[in-house]
Amino acid sequence: MQVPEVAESFAGSVNRVTLGATKDNGGTRTSTVTVGGARNVVYGGSIEDAGEKPVIAMDVLDSRPEDWHDSLAQNYKDVLDSPGDWAKKCVAEFGAELICVKFEGIHPDKANYDAAHAVKVTEEVAKAVGVPLILWGCGNDEKDNQVMPKVSEAVKGENALIGTVKEDNYKALTAIALADGHNLITHAPLDINIAKQVNILASDMGFPLERIVTFQATGALGYGIEYAYSIQERQRLAALGGDKMMAMPAICDVGYESWRAKEAKLADAPGWGAVEDRGPMWEATTAICLLQAGVDIIRMRHPRAVATVKNFINQIWQ
Amino acid sequence: MILIGERINGMFTDVKEAIAAKNKQTIQELAKKQTEAGATYLDVNVGTAAADQEGTMQWLVETIQETCSTPLCLDSQKSSVIAAGLKVINAEAGVILNSTPLNKKTDEEILDKYIEMANQAGPKASIITLTMDKNGVPQDIDTRVAIAAEIVQKAMEKGFDTQRLFIDPIVLPVKVPNAQVQAGNILAAMDQIRYLADPTPHMTVGLSNVSQGATERSLINRVFLAMAMSHGLDSAIVDVLDEKLVNVVATAEMLMNKQIYSDSFLKAYVAANKA
Repeated sequence: MQVPEVAESFAGSVNRVTLGATKDNGGTRTSTVTVGGARNVVYGGSIEDAGEKPVIAMDVLDSRPEDWHDSLAQNYKDVLDSPGDWAKKCVAEFGAELICVKFEGIHPDKANYDAAHAVKVTEEVAKAVGVPLILWGCGNDEKDNQVMPKVSEAVKGENALIGTVKEDNYKALTAIALADGHNLITHAPLDINIAKQVNILASDMGFPLERIVTFQATGALGYGIEYAYSIQERQRLAALGGDKMMAMPAICDVGYESWRAKEAKLADAPGWGAVEDRGPMWEATTAICLLQAGVDIIRMRHPRAVATVKNFINQIWQ
Repeated sequence: MILIGERINGMFTDVKEAIAAKNKQTIQELAKKQTEAGATYLDVNVGTAAADQEGTMQWLVETIQETCSTPLCLDSQKSSVIAAGLKVINAEAGVILNSTPLNKKTDEEILDKYIEMANQAGPKASIITLTMDKNGVPQDIDTRVAIAAEIVQKAMEKGFDTQRLFIDPIVLPVKVPNAQVQAGNILAAMDQIRYLADPTPHMTVGLSNVSQGATERSLINRVFLAMAMSHGLDSAIVDVLDEKLVNVVATAEMLMNKQIYSDSFLKAYVAANKA
């Protein structure tokens, strides 16, 4: 039986955003990454409509993670105290196209490190690797407002991706990201109405829509992935429908969310298979599922999961 | 919603005077203001005062395009005036030929000629076609739909994409004696017109006609616009400088789930249209 042609064309498209600046553009990165550009749903339309390949950003923490499961931590055991070496390992050994520095250690409930620490880590990582950087606050508004502007300044001109800004806390970071020439992550709690509102608020401050990447929050397999999936799908359809306030590429946080799942780390679970396999499988499955809803940048942690997802991307987007 | 800004029309005193004095500034300011207010197209109508309608249309098109790249909607009852405008226009971003009936007593083939003119103007040129034929403006629902069906059929026969067609079911003033039923007839006709083709042709109206001569003109315009949108209207020739009217469009689109709600949905609508 012949498969009917059901390709639909759309008026709008996802914005293309380029991250990183090489020497020619005033930065020190040795490579840049461009995401977005899709003019159809994933698998929809022609190959040209697919836009840029999605990319994987590997997480590097600013301080030694205390709660990482062994099957994850052992991959980084020699570099967990050195963010620069950690980033280098992700790029050189595991093929990370972007490094996401997550400033866990500045959180007041964790190590409560100060801005000087965050700047030092940022500089170390920027020096150690040539790929573009994502700089991600700890989630405590007050502390992020103190620290992230300093982090932004430390890599001024590098065209990094910095975040996150939320509906009730966006002014400080939006202003500094604009001044330092970075791209911005707008963050909403799995709520499409708030997602649009944050974009409007950032845009009202003069931040160009073409330099925004959205983060809708992520749910892992078994832990709300259907909410994340449908919201990413709705965002893509809005972009294709011509909604300029929703036409941004999307980032999701698969690594952190997947490793919160008990299935990824519970050792005493007969019948679930080897624990060292389950974590990377959980991460890879979550990532591949969200890729099909239409996300552009995936934050990940386990090298085996990264390899699996890269393989998937290379097969689909070619 | 495709909003066609109505202000550059020789029927308005300021435009009439600007045409007479060849005052470019008035015209260019109107073009800029309407663009900023969210106009997708700018209607250009020379009015009746100018002796040389073709020359005036060309002057208006050139004057607007000197400073503004918003696509134009060339508005005249005479095809020679529209043709004159097309000679000097940059139609890369689109143009609308406004308008033609299905046919006329004096010219059975007029729609064919407009399709030909649109094809020559470029792949993004569209036509506003009135649900009107050699017998005049229909008063009932069925004749409106029948004429619209003939228009769509003709376009399809000619290989003219139905998405380049704007069907205008002709809005009549509500204040005219015995015409009050027409507003409802138009809505009922639109319910059928939107299923005549897939992809559906656009539907447009000259909105301000509905309130001609009445009191509370703006209110009548806004309410009728919202009602018509819920019956499939996706374009209108309107006063885009009426901020409350644009707010009605934004709200109706949001309620119809065509725009994702956000607390700043009014602002988002105008900002997105401007971009």
